[in-house]
Amino acid sequence: MPQANVVMNVRQVNATTSIIDIQGEVSAFAEKVLMDAYTEANTPTTRTIILNFSGLEYMNSSGIGLIVTLLIRVNRQKQRLLAFGLNEHYRHIFEITRLDDAIRIYQSEDEALAA
Amino acid sequence: MSTSPTDSPENNLPRDAAYWAQQTAIFKVSRLPTGALDLNVAGRQGLSPLQGFGQMWQKVFRVRLKGVEVSPTEVVKTWKENFPKFWPKGNRFYTPLTGITPGEVAILQIAPGGMPLSTGVMVLYADDESFTLMTPQGHVFAGWITFSAYEEDGCVVAQASMLIRANDPLYELAMRFGGHKAENTFWEHTLTSLALYHHVEAEVETNVTCLDNRVQWSQAKNIWQNAGLRTMLYTLTAPLRWLRKKKRKTP
Repeated sequence: MPQANVVMNVRQVNATTSIIDIQGEVSAFAEKVLMDAYTEANTPTTRTIILNFSGLEYMNSSGIGLIVTLLIRVNRQKQRLLAFGLNEHYRHIFEITRLDDAIRIYQSEDEALAA
Repeated sequence: MSTSPTDSPENNLPRDAAYWAQQTAIFKVSRLPTGALDLNVAGRQGLSPLQGFGQMWQKVFRVRLKGVEVSPTEVVKTWKENFPKFWPKGNRFYTPLTGITPGEVAILQIAPGGMPLSTGVMVLYADDESFTLMTPQGHVFAGWITFSAYEEDGCVVAQASMLIRANDPLYELAMRFGGHKAENTFWEHTLTSLALYHHVEAEVETNVTCLDNRVQWSQAKNIWQNAGLRTMLYTLTAPLRWLRKKKRKTP
């Protein structure tokens, strides 16, 4: 099976907020990388997970499915999932897939952190 | 200031741009194939699993095409071209006139549990190695199903992967009392048919996971769009429509 072509870096911004910086391609092959990133981002005090999509180069429908399964895991922990850095094309994807109903999208990291 | 070819808007689009549906999530039926009935499709909103009522399930059905000299791209091309042929009898998939291409809407006439249901799906995404169908309001499920093919250990694997919630309490009840089993049988049949098309007799591997065992009571109102009930009502009122038509013709 092809290797995942994505790197996800986790930043603990403060005790309650973690940011996952996504660099590369989000497809089915990114599952382990994404879930490992969430495991790292999910500390006992984390209340908010923010996905930084500014380094996103490619996403297919399996990739969007991964975001949904991540959202379920986040919600199960009574956490919020936010996003920023989506360009116009990926904002459209979030709209047409109705993901924007459940994941608040912000223009910048500062806006997402202030939310 | 001059602009170079690399500055054009098209070059700034990600390489997946052409594979996604371009319009909004509202279903539009451009041209109705002969025999298809647009009863619960046009004007409906497309759904992700997040807008459904029931438990969320991930179901993955896989079949290995052992000994077949074919690429994943060829498998998906065949699948798109012959999609309705692999379905169990009694269920109709009216392929859009332009084929399974991003944004196109297909009409479905299916019979889950013997109950006629007229609904549809939209092609949310389609590339050379996969395509994803999105369901509308009123469908049995809120969610997506992705058909794909890939190489694994020197063998091409064809896969159907669903991420779904039953759309409303009535559907959820039906799923819990035999519906899930029937659904699994449907896709196992489909993949078996696809394998047979490639002259392979193979067993389908089925993997079912409940991702969220909670129902979403806030979505119980989806029942107003239930395509099964609306199709039944349409069928029951057929005599009235016939009478009205006859009355119009009579001078």
